[in-house]
Amino acid sequence: MEINPKLFEPLERKEETTSKVLPSLNYWQDAWIRLKKSKLAIAGLIIIIFIGIFSFLGPVFLKSKYFETSLYNAYKSPTLEHPFGTDELGRDVLVRVMYGGRISLAVGFAASLVNLLIGVVYGGLSGYLGGKVDEIMMRIVDILYSLPVLLIVILLMVVLGPGLVNIFIALGISYWTGMARIVRGQILSLKEQEFTLAARMIGATKSQILFRHLIPNTIGPIIVTATFQIPNAIFFESFLSFIGLGVSAPMASWGVLASDGIRAIRAYPYLIFFPAIFICLTMLSFNFLGDGLRDALDPRLRR
Amino acid sequence: MSKFVVQRLVSMIIVIFIVATLTFMLAHAIPGGPFTKEKALPEEVLKNIEERYQLDKPLIVQYLSFIGNMLKFDFGPSFRYEALTVNDIIRLGFPVSALLGLIAILLALSLGIPAGAIAALYQNMWQDNLVMIFSLIGVSIPSFILATFLMYFLGLRLDLFPPAGWGSFAQVILPSITLAAYPIAFIARIMRSSMVEVLRQDYIKVAYAKGLKSSGVIIKHAVKNAILPVITYLGPLIAAIFTGSFVVEQIFAIPGLGKYFVTSIYDRDYTVILGVTVFYCILLVFCNFIVDIIYSYIDPRIRIAKS
Repeated sequence: MEINPKLFEPLERKEETTSKVLPSLNYWQDAWIRLKKSKLAIAGLIIIIFIGIFSFLGPVFLKSKYFETSLYNAYKSPTLEHPFGTDELGRDVLVRVMYGGRISLAVGFAASLVNLLIGVVYGGLSGYLGGKVDEIMMRIVDILYSLPVLLIVILLMVVLGPGLVNIFIALGISYWTGMARIVRGQILSLKEQEFTLAARMIGATKSQILFRHLIPNTIGPIIVTATFQIPNAIFFESFLSFIGLGVSAPMASWGVLASDGIRAIRAYPYLIFFPAIFICLTMLSFNFLGDGLRDALDPRLRR
Repeated sequence: MSKFVVQRLVSMIIVIFIVATLTFMLAHAIPGGPFTKEKALPEEVLKNIEERYQLDKPLIVQYLSFIGNMLKFDFGPSFRYEALTVNDIIRLGFPVSALLGLIAILLALSLGIPAGAIAALYQNMWQDNLVMIFSLIGVSIPSFILATFLMYFLGLRLDLFPPAGWGSFAQVILPSITLAAYPIAFIARIMRSSMVEVLRQDYIKVAYAKGLKSSGVIIKHAVKNAILPVITYLGPLIAAIFTGSFVVEQIFAIPGLGKYFVTSIYDRDYTVILGVTVFYCILLVFCNFIVDIIYSYIDPRIRIAKS
């Protein structure tokens, strides 16, 4: 490199390069910017919103009712009048898929909400109280965790009997263990940090520290876990319906429709096709969204 | 080592005991007796039946005899089928399920591990994206839908495989693919993330630096270390195969324990449901125990940390 006087001349001063301040972003704005970068997550979000609108508003625009039978029209292949065809009692499959979506989505959201509440409180208490209490509470979780959730849910459903409310109960009380473990792990590290000490110093009570300071700080992992639990709940519900423990006729979830369709698969394959597509699409979208959210909300987990 | 084994053994027995107690309590929480029917039975008949199944004794006696029988691996008679006991059903169905499950597990490991390893080696390239997209699809398709689609397209439409039944090798292919699909996808994901982690380690750099062939580094150093999280997944994998077998055996008409279990749910055959549940739980807890032992044998760090 040649040294000459030119190198030592001062550069022209530009106003904006010296004092450019980025707007300050809060946690959610920052997460949203990162989430937007993942095309798959956004696609998942759009599909979920679309399926939600389809299920909850769709039936309003249709003449047929989900329980309306018409034996003259049984097993009609898809036509303009019945875009998804009709089933063995002549019921319109399109409107049944919409109603099924209501039930399946409701089960998904409600079950993961119950899980969230139980898991967060349980995990939070266990992590914050620590010591012997923590040990006992975690032993219980370990025992529950070592058994397949589906087996527990089946057993509970056999005892409670089929029905929508019982599905909420059975799903809600049996698979919060994953959430509890994650929250506990987060709380264990958070409670040693300075802001907890500061809160203790200004005289905050234990429950104030736990619910106002510690748990809100674990919101990222909580949301990510809950997002992954929604497709799980939808899967469990359709699985239960498939083995005859789900909602009963004339109500139908996607699982019931799929299981009806399987019985007639040789002659009328379209009956299984539509509910199956909706189940898979919904689960796929939630998984895409969950992956995106994990990267956006929990930077430490990013690859 | 022996202290670790004893520790795990004790906790295994405690778990089995708790499971058995809970199932017993649940069974007695079922509203109405197992013989409550629409058409009421005559008083004397009901009494005789209850005597046969020991339902007239106090609860604590029933509980003790249930636990005692369980220790002898005797789960009692079926409520629905007079000539059958729960043990008969397990004896009939379990070998079939175990064979199918074993094939599925081997399939899952032999496809999932290489897929994950390849994804990690070509991180963020098209190979990686392909594996990751397939694994996301794999975890998103419920087993009963995959089973139906395979049966319809490969079995009925293209006529490549027999669509249902049990007995020949060709009949094993579709159900084992269905059972393995979710575990393949899941194993590929854990294998990928642990392999990515391992490939960053210094000992991999050292292995390359001292001039080893890259195939040697990958197989001997990277895969061997990255495989550890997959081994911890073996317990849940076995559970996933069990529960998957409920619907897969039902759809493909395979006379395995899963099919009998679902049939007993349809029939509300309570003793069979409870007996098979307890059996599954014991088996699973035992498998977890074996996996723990294998794991601590392979990875000494675990053994030291736990004892």
